[in-house]
Amino acid sequence: MAPEKIVLRFGAEKADKPVIYHLAKDYDLIINIVKASINPHKEGTMVLELTGERYAEGIAYLREQGISVHPLTTEVVRNEEKCTHCGACTVHCPTKALFIDRSSMEVRFNEDECVLCLMCVKICPVKAMEVKV
Amino acid sequence: MGVERTYQDINARIKAGKAVVLTAEEVIEKVREKGVTQAAREVDVVTTGTFGAMCSSGVFLNFGHTKPRMRMSKVWLNEVPAYAGIAAVDAFLGATELPEGDPKNNNYPGEFRYGGGHVIEDLVAGRDVRLRAVSYGTDCYPRKSLDTLINLDSINEATLFNPRNCYQNYNCAVNAGDRTVHTYLGTLRPHLGNAHYSTSGQLSPLLKDPHFRTIGIGTRIFLGGGIGYVAWNGTQHFPGFIRDKNKEVLCGTGGTLSVVGDLKQMSSHWLVGASIRGYGASLTVGLGLPIPILDEEVLEYAAKTDEELYAPVVDYGIAYPEGNPEDIAYVSYAQLKKGEITVMGKSVPTAPVSSYPRAREIAGILKTWIQKGEFLLGEPSQLLPGPGAGLAGKALKIRDK
Ligand code: SF4
Ligand code: SF4
Repeated sequence: MAPEKIVLRFGAEKADKPVIYHLAKDYDLIINIVKASINPHKEGTMVLELTGERYAEGIAYLREQGISVHPLTTEVVRNEEKCTHCGACTVHCPTKALFIDRSSMEVRFNEDECVLCLMCVKICPVKAMEVKV
Repeated sequence: MGVERTYQDINARIKAGKAVVLTAEEVIEKVREKGVTQAAREVDVVTTGTFGAMCSSGVFLNFGHTKPRMRMSKVWLNEVPAYAGIAAVDAFLGATELPEGDPKNNNYPGEFRYGGGHVIEDLVAGRDVRLRAVSYGTDCYPRKSLDTLINLDSINEATLFNPRNCYQNYNCAVNAGDRTVHTYLGTLRPHLGNAHYSTSGQLSPLLKDPHFRTIGIGTRIFLGGGIGYVAWNGTQHFPGFIRDKNKEVLCGTGGTLSVVGDLKQMSSHWLVGASIRGYGASLTVGLGLPIPILDEEVLEYAAKTDEELYAPVVDYGIAYPEGNPEDIAYVSYAQLKKGEITVMGKSVPTAPVSSYPRAREIAGILKTWIQKGEFLLGEPSQLLPGPGAGLAGKALKIRDK
């Protein structure tokens, strides 16, 4: 059975609950945490690979917990034409996927580090960060 | 006695293709190598640049007359209201104006996806814009309503007129409160979670002429990708200096420019609509000034580095909105550009909100224009008031009599 890739986004009040533990124990899922980022205010994003018969029940359980769950079919991309290299997004990117090259002060985007938290999409004043489905 | 030059001298050298022009970054290297006296002998012009959201921007438009004629007392462009309380078929569209029915901050923090700044970007990009107008009808202007499409080519004039641009220096914003705030300087996390700053430091036009020795009415500038002019001082032009604890001058602050130029010459690469989350719509403006090296002193200031230029750190969580901003500290642009500063003993990550790479590009373009002889320096008819004028802001008192 091929693993299903999903993105979880949760607020501070959810971070304390041992949801991953329950997914494994109560729903017999094999879990691979691909990427995770939790900020000091305990809001965060996680990219998981789940394998198991009871996948759908596991997802329903996560949603019951108030966690937003999306299949990992989306991607965050930077529209190079639009980006002005202002830098405003860099300090809000939890994984430093967006960062400033200090010698040129240009903003670089390392897609591999992106956990799809969508912070940059909200911050960017010229809408250069786009969600691609 | 050091070197002295007039505008005529410099323009003659530009016309002869002999002028030595350096960007505000390049001149730093030059002065480091040769010293101020020698560098002043060699360099004629230093070019500067800045590229950031400048809310006090807008455009005067003249749409041309319809048949039958119309006064146009209320005007909307892509549903964004423009001010039409001037002559027939003239209007002024401001960068921060929002379409009627915009949810604004009702769904906090608002997105402000489209506003006056975006209409200006659409116009300058040559895209069609919907013009809607109403009027009460007069004998000479009988038409009462209009709904049509216009673009930059189809209208008579489009004059960018920005009453307050190019702030000399700007606060570095932090948030000392305990909830996230969304400000015109970006999203600020609580407990000094991050710091945003806004000028291009050593490339920033007015930081490089703090005494306003070369900037005045008629100064020719790079504006939005075309050629523009300084029209007047900007609103809230209160030039002065920031000083450290021992009252030593650190650098200039408080000056602003009012600028004007033909939108038809400009480009959407240098005028970009901005959506500032939780705050509003705006226009990102590219602006560059040439500084004529009239003498050694002008060069000395034009060659100031990020290490010598400072921004005041201000709390936008509580103090600023209350109207009691106080400078918590001063940090150099060199520190800010490194990505981390220390505020009240805490290390705080920084990010710019104006583009340094674009500022550098502007200074480079202006340099090329001058070198090619396409851009002569405009000698100001009158210099703008400098720090010596003692201008200071008045607070607005609330009263009923
Ligand atoms: S979505 Fe944006 S802010 Fe979030 S991790 Fe990816 S690049 Fe960074
Ligand atoms: S905020 Fe937007 S324009 Fe600015 S650097 Fe990030 S992606 Fe580019």
